[in-house]
Formats: sequence, C-alpha cells, structure tokens
Amino acid sequence: MSTNIITPIDEVGAQERVSRLFSRSIKNESKVQALHLSLSMIDLTTLEGKDSQGKVKQLCYKASHLHDSFPRLPTVAAICIYPTMVSVAKKALGGTGINVASVATAFPSGMADLQAKLDEVKSVVEAGADEVDMVISRGKFLRGEYAYVSDEIAQVKEACGDAHLKVILETGELVTLDNVRLASDLAMDAGADFIKTSTGKVSPAATPPVVLTMLEAIRDYQLKTGKKIGMKPAGGIGTAKQAVQYLVMIKETLGEDWLSPDLFRFGASSLANDVLMQIVKQSTGHYQSKDYFSID
Amino acid sequence: MSNRINIQKTYKLFIDGKFPRTESGRYIKWSDSKESAVVNICRGSRKDFRNAMVAARKASGSWACRTAYNRAQILYRIGEMLEGRRDQFMAELTLQGLSKKQAENEIDTSIDRLIYYAGWADKFQQVFSHVNPVSLPYFNFTVPEATGVVAAIAPDDTSLLGLVSVIAPVIAGGNSIVVLASESFPLCSITLAEVLHTSDVPEGIVNILTGYRSELIEHFSSHMDVNAIIYCGNDRNDRKLVETNAALNIKRVVQFPEQNWSKDQHQSPYHIMKCQETKTTWHPVGI
Repeated sequence: MSTNIITPIDEVGAQERVSRLFSRSIKNESKVQALHLSLSMIDLTTLEGKDSQGKVKQLCYKASHLHDSFPRLPTVAAICIYPTMVSVAKKALGGTGINVASVATAFPSGMADLQAKLDEVKSVVEAGADEVDMVISRGKFLRGEYAYVSDEIAQVKEACGDAHLKVILETGELVTLDNVRLASDLAMDAGADFIKTSTGKVSPAATPPVVLTMLEAIRDYQLKTGKKIGMKPAGGIGTAKQAVQYLVMIKETLGEDWLSPDLFRFGASSLANDVLMQIVKQSTGHYQSKDYFSID
Repeated sequence: MSNRINIQKTYKLFIDGKFPRTESGRYIKWSDSKESAVVNICRGSRKDFRNAMVAARKASGSWACRTAYNRAQILYRIGEMLEGRRDQFMAELTLQGLSKKQAENEIDTSIDRLIYYAGWADKFQQVFSHVNPVSLPYFNFTVPEATGVVAAIAPDDTSLLGLVSVIAPVIAGGNSIVVLASESFPLCSITLAEVLHTSDVPEGIVNILTGYRSELIEHFSSHMDVNAIIYCGNDRNDRKLVETNAALNIKRVVQFPEQNWSKDQHQSPYHIMKCQETKTTWHPVGI
C-alpha cells in the first residue's frame, strides 16, 4: 500500500515555516475580505452532552442571521452537531442553503465496532445530514493496524452516499507530525472529501504545525492524483487573527482554489463573534464589545 | 570598581500582569530638567490599549466576585509594598523635579490613600445600600455593584499620587482598570506597576500604559467594551471628546478637573460610588 511509505516531517522546519507565515502583515482592505471569507467558511459547532433542541435551533438561527444590523454579511457554511439533533437542525435551516454536518462513528472516541459506526452514519444521512464528520480509530492506528483504519474509512465513505465525508484524525492523540502525515495520506486514499484535525475534545487541538503538515499532504495528493481534498482545522480557533493567519497558510501552501468554503472550513463555536467584532470595528473604527453580539 | 557600568531600568508597559514593550516599538525620550538623566518611555499605541482591554475584561468578573474583605486585604497589601519601595519612588520623584520634602509628602499621601480605600472596600456597600419602602408585598432593596471595566486618563501633573488616587477607588469597588499614566511625569507609573505585581492584585485588574494623551484619548473614549471612563484634566476639547464618544455605548463618565490631589477632600467613599451601578431587587414576602 503506497500510503505506508512514510513521509518524514521536520518538526522544527514546520514550526519555522508557520512562524514566518503567521508574521505576515495584512493590509486593511485584504483584512476585510479575509474576515468575510472566514465567516463563510465557519462550521458553527455545538458538541456538548447538554445540547438541547432549543440550543440547536438558536444556533441555526444565528447561522443565517449572524449580525442583522450589519448588511451584506455571508452566512456560515454549515452547522456541526450530534446525530440526534440532525432532524431538528435540518428543519430549522430549511431554505437557507446552510449545510447540516453531523459527527458520527462514536464521536469523539471512535470506540465502537464497525457495524455500529456504519449504522450511525446511515441513520444521520437518512435524517438529512449533508456532511458527516467521522473519527478514525486512533488506538488501531497507533498500534500500526493501518489497513483496518483505511478499510473503516472506505466503508464509512460508502455508507455516506452523497453526503460529504470529513475524516477527523484527532491529531492531539497522534503524538508526532510523521503520524499526522501518514494518517492524512491514509484518509485521502480511502476516500475522504475533507480531512479534519480534531474533535475539539482533546488538547492540543488544531495547532499550526499540524495544519501545515496536513495542507502539504493535501497538496502532494493533488499533485499525485489530481483530486482536491478539503481541509478543516477545528478546536482552539477562537480569534479573527488566527483565522486570517490560517488563510495565509492555505493560500501559500495550496493556492487560491482552496480559499473557498467548498475546500476549507473552520470548526469553531466562538470564532464567528470575534470575526464579526473585527468586521464591525473595521467599518466603524471603534473596538467592539461582546455585549452587542448574539450569544454563541 | 569605578569602571562599573550602571544598569538602567527599562520602562515598559503593564498589561495582563506582564511587562511588555509597546507592540508598536515606539518610544518617547524623557529627560529631567537638567538633562542629566535620559529615559526611554514606551509610547503606547491603540493596540496596546486594545490588548489591555481584553485582559481587563477577562479579569473583571472574578475580581468583582471576590469578597469585599479580600479586596480590602489586597489594597492594604499594595500600601505595604509601596512603603517598602520608598527609596525608589523618592529617587524618581526628585528626578522629576520635586524637592525631597515634596516627594516624601507625595509618597506618604499615596500610601495613606491606599490604606484609606482598603478600609472602605468592605464598608461602602453597607453604607450605600438601601432598603426601600414600597406599598406592595415586596422586600425591596438596593445595592451597589461594580460597573465593569474602567478606562482612565490619570492626572498629568502628578506622577504617583494622581495615579494611585484614580486606581484605588476603582478597584476597591470591584472594577478592573486600564489607565494612561501622566505624560509629563511617567516614571513612577511603571514602578507602581511593579508594586501591584507583588501585591496579590490578580493579573489584568490594573493595566498601566504610558504614551501621548492626544493620541490615545480617542481610543480610550470610543472603545465599545469600556463601561466607564475617567478623565482628569482641564482641556475643554478633551472633555468634549470624552463626553461625545462616551455616548456611543453610554459609558459612565467621570471627570476630575486639575486639583491638588494631596488634600483630604480628594479621598472619599463617593469616589468609589462613581464607578458603581445600583441594583434594586424586588423580593416577594408573605402577606
């Protein structure tokens, strides 16, 4: 299997490259564009045990009405929720064009047998999910059972049907960047439409060197096969500044094509408000307060 | 050992319990009247102010939730620490043009003022709370609560006492503060920050910037996350600007004209009340 040829990653080099990219100065006009783009790339997320139908409905409303007093804002790309909330979200988002993404496959641990995972995936797709966020079996991966992990992704992809599949690598548990690279290659080969860093339940979540490593894997995969795979960093991205820094990283690593919600997403719960505050600040000149934005 | 080179102090900002240089990299040359000592002072920028605001907002909730008694202890501790640094403040105040006697007075008064507000910190709430008579079956009472985050332009004509007089009542009342130190006499402000740093004041509760008033006053007064603004000075245009910008998000505005801050009349529990909101509760009682 070609993915078992390990591409070694230079951790110090990755760190260095990231700090160079992140120290770019962005001029005002570009910043405003980048902020709008970031908003349209957000997967507005709530993944808590205490989630209620009311909270999901409120989140769906926010997704399509980010800040009504400010005109010409995009909507977010999708909302990301637990399987039991899919039908509620689907109904609440009807006609807005916003996708429903559901986590599945025993999120966040992935500790279930394959059949149970496949059943869960089928049921969320039946309930109307447009996108499925699966987790890989990290335990098996770390034990070296790459074939199992690869098969599992391929079968989940099949169970997804038309729904888009995002594969969560949970890089916080993969320990090294070499592993991150290997897992990325494995997931893309097995049929992932997107690769995603984290569940948000493990720390560290999306760190810049990890995201860079995954972006480079995507670039190499495109050079090899011609297929464009999407990327979704998730967890720990809470500020507009971070979002813009990631946009710089994508542009420099993958080029303009990836500067679109079709190929890049942010998994975040509190990012939207910070980006909104920056957009309003750029327009009024006054630094903003959370008091004047909807609760996230 | 005559060829030893003196190590001079770097005057930095005080934000979120740390001592960063200004993010802008700019500085102001400050020298005493005889040009015998030259010091570089950070010229704070609007981004420094923004960073300080983020820190102050993050810190304010838990400070307001502490017991008033604990806030009193910490204020008293600031006084103790200031006492221990007496020599350093003496040197800085005399360098800034005060006579030895005047400097001594300013330090004494500053310490006394901290102790004064430490005393009031756990008493003003009782004094200013009310039980209100109402003709319905309710127990109706009013208590003062912290306003939140306060931005302050400290007096320009004093280096230490003015700054202490502005900060102490604000934090005694459970607020956090971002304060712009005196532009003409900036030296004591960062030394005071070192005192605060060793006094159990949680990080982010007091943030001290140095720089130009004319540059920063616009941002201090227009930031939407500021709940109250204190302006010390007589400039008519500044006062107007503060009032106008405060209307953006209805900030509480407190203005102090230039005055001799050493007088006893400039310490008062009413100063604490200037950055408080009153909360009235209607509590049902049995008929």
